[in-house]
Amino acid sequence: MTTIKTPRARRPRKTGRRNPLASVALIAVGLLFTGGAYVAFSTSTAVATTDASSQQTIDQGEKLFAANCATCHGLSAQGSSEGPSLIGVGAASVDFQVGTGRMPLQMQGPQAQKKPVQFTAEQTAALAAYVASLAPGPAIPTADLVKASGDASAGAELFRINCAMCHNVAGAGGALTEGKFAPAIENVSGQHIYEAMLTGPQNMPVFNDMNMTPEDKRDIITYLKYVEDNPSPGGLALGSLGPVAEGLFIWIFGLGAIVALTVWITAKSN
Amino acid sequence: MTTITTRESADDQAVGAKKSGGFTASAANYIDERTSISGAVKELGRKIFPDHWSFLLGEVALYSFVIILLSGSFLTFFYQASMAEVVYDGSYAPLKGIPMSVAMSSTMDISFDIRGGLLMRQVHHWAALLFVAAIGLHMLRIYFTGAFRKPRELNWVIGFILFILAMAEGFTGYSLPDDLLSGNGLRIIDGLIKGIPVVGTWVSFLLFGGEFPGTDIVGRLYSLHILLLPAIIVALIAMHLLFVVVHKHTQYPAAGHTNQNVVGYPVLPVYAAKAGGFFFIVFGVVMLIASLFTINPIWNYGPYDPSPVSAGTQPDWYIGFADGAMRLIPSGWEFVWLNHTYSLNIMVVLIVVGLFIVTVMVYPFIEAWITGDKREHHVLDRPRNAPTRTAIGAAGVTFYASLWSAASSDIMATHFHLTMEGVIHTLQVTTLLGPFLAFFITKRVCLALQKKDREIVLHGYESGRIVRLPGGEFVEVHQPVDEYERWKLVSYSDFKPLMLRPNAQGKIGPVEKVRAGLSRWFFEDRITPVTQTELSRAHGDHPAEITDK
Repeated sequence: MTTIKTPRARRPRKTGRRNPLASVALIAVGLLFTGGAYVAFSTSTAVATTDASSQQTIDQGEKLFAANCATCHGLSAQGSSEGPSLIGVGAASVDFQVGTGRMPLQMQGPQAQKKPVQFTAEQTAALAAYVASLAPGPAIPTADLVKASGDASAGAELFRINCAMCHNVAGAGGALTEGKFAPAIENVSGQHIYEAMLTGPQNMPVFNDMNMTPEDKRDIITYLKYVEDNPSPGGLALGSLGPVAEGLFIWIFGLGAIVALTVWITAKSN
Repeated sequence: MTTITTRESADDQAVGAKKSGGFTASAANYIDERTSISGAVKELGRKIFPDHWSFLLGEVALYSFVIILLSGSFLTFFYQASMAEVVYDGSYAPLKGIPMSVAMSSTMDISFDIRGGLLMRQVHHWAALLFVAAIGLHMLRIYFTGAFRKPRELNWVIGFILFILAMAEGFTGYSLPDDLLSGNGLRIIDGLIKGIPVVGTWVSFLLFGGEFPGTDIVGRLYSLHILLLPAIIVALIAMHLLFVVVHKHTQYPAAGHTNQNVVGYPVLPVYAAKAGGFFFIVFGVVMLIASLFTINPIWNYGPYDPSPVSAGTQPDWYIGFADGAMRLIPSGWEFVWLNHTYSLNIMVVLIVVGLFIVTVMVYPFIEAWITGDKREHHVLDRPRNAPTRTAIGAAGVTFYASLWSAASSDIMATHFHLTMEGVIHTLQVTTLLGPFLAFFITKRVCLALQKKDREIVLHGYESGRIVRLPGGEFVEVHQPVDEYERWKLVSYSDFKPLMLRPNAQGKIGPVEKVRAGLSRWFFEDRITPVTQTELSRAHGDHPAEITDK
């Protein structure tokens, strides 16, 4: 014991009052705290919904619901001729529809469109808590499931097989029948992507945990975030719309430039 | 005897050249003594080409083709046309560990792991799009100016075959990467072929070496893409250009331009320098586009798998009209007869598109037959001066454009917030009625423009200057056109409908009746060119400067 202690006691004497690694350790501790605090903050929405069972939150949600949603969905969310019943749709559905601005509905149409979000995060959470309290339904996913930390190539393959026929391989969106459409999935948060898969909003099919595991969903989010974060290696992507955009481009700008140059070349000098 | 003397004189010249000229002269002499090329240079170098921007469109197509050959040769060094399965292990993370064909994997390597590979791929593809687009615009110029008339009918046919071959080249190339998009395209072709009654299935099996997709198709398309089709295209381009030299270039109507001359610049030195420089300009534009804009991001599409189809799956633009034609067919067009399904939805497309293509290809002969015009034409028509032809062209363009835009029905629906059905139904209507509307509108516009030309020739331009006459009357001063301008306005040939003439037996056959009917339809509405008599009468009555109304 003593033999071990003595070298420890000697070293600080040689180098001064503090260990040279002390500042490094201090920074590490500081980073750990700020990082930890950040993680705690960023997951706070999920936390808020998990202890959303608190009666106070549910009551707040009920009031918001009565003021903003009941016109169509009915006073006790039982649904009406204007809107479907929300009993059993779960917190995930509310968080998606309200959190992306689709609800309250901007206008009647083939499908709900995105608009600026109308409620704060707390209000959305309260609404979700209220709807979730009516009957069991899909819950809001935890933060680790919606992070882009999965396997991008597995996600890409799943996306091509399950999603690309409506959303396009690069997530640029696509047309459905009768004015409905699959929206572009750019700048959509991982949480909302996950909730969309889980609840199947609008015309989207439900990908529940039985036919697509939470890990599969995370892989898909990982792929979409990869596409979003990494610009096309070939240059500007022209909306990732495929050959139509390319064809329009070559006719208007490519051939247009060439024709302008032919006119310039054959112009008579003054 | 003669041969000996010429040889002597050639030797004399060679000695003289060595004395006087520098390296260039002696090098030129060296080559000429061994190839006798000076005759050809003299002949071709003095060849006259008229200068007009629209005459360069064919050149754009030619230059795009050269760019395609250059970039394509680069790609062949690295591309492997095999459908053997490998697991991708290149630089692109979202495809790592995914099984794919060697064709796809080598195309991914070209895109991500070979220096300059992606740029060359994009140059190749953008140049291909430009190639077909330039051919299309070139063809429209030829059509609307009547440049296909005798003696150039055969060259029109050659050019049109080149257009078809360019589309074939494009399609085979589109299918080579074996990515999802190209596989979907091949699946449509497979479906089209299988829709042909009786032989369809067998033809498909022959093409794909068994059931779709098989493991043969990429290799076969590769042989077509880099060997057979380019060889035919090069041969036809040579013929096409040879015909241009033989026929001499056409020219627009203008002062001094006649059927007997060609007004323009000799090939050497200025025109050759301009045209050569223009190659680099076209190359530069393609390089610029290819370095700034993505084309065919196969890394997004992933390897071909028969199950997924992406939204927004379209062919490249030049196949779009065929894809659009299929989208426009109403659902349920098929019937069962003798236990076999007959897919009208496919057969109608094949027949209509096939007829359209053949009609365009043989149009010069159809028009020559209707008009009975056997003269040679080296001066182009201004489109307004051939109202019926221009109207037919406008109808054809409308028809093609409707089919073409139908291929992007889904993109139009999402981007303009329309319903897909609405877009399709609208395009169905424009496909069927649009050509007629376009025909009538264009014909009337042409006739109106001809009337305006007539008016200008006879009465001059409205100068906007209002003069009060001594009697109190206000008149606008008309400025007469100068004679150079007038040449352009009056020099076009007039036609009359064919007369029905009995043949040797004194009978008028039904074919002749049809022909006369078509001819009447072609020419019944026409504005005759201003004659000399009319002109002198118009100007005789009035002072030279001021002509009223």
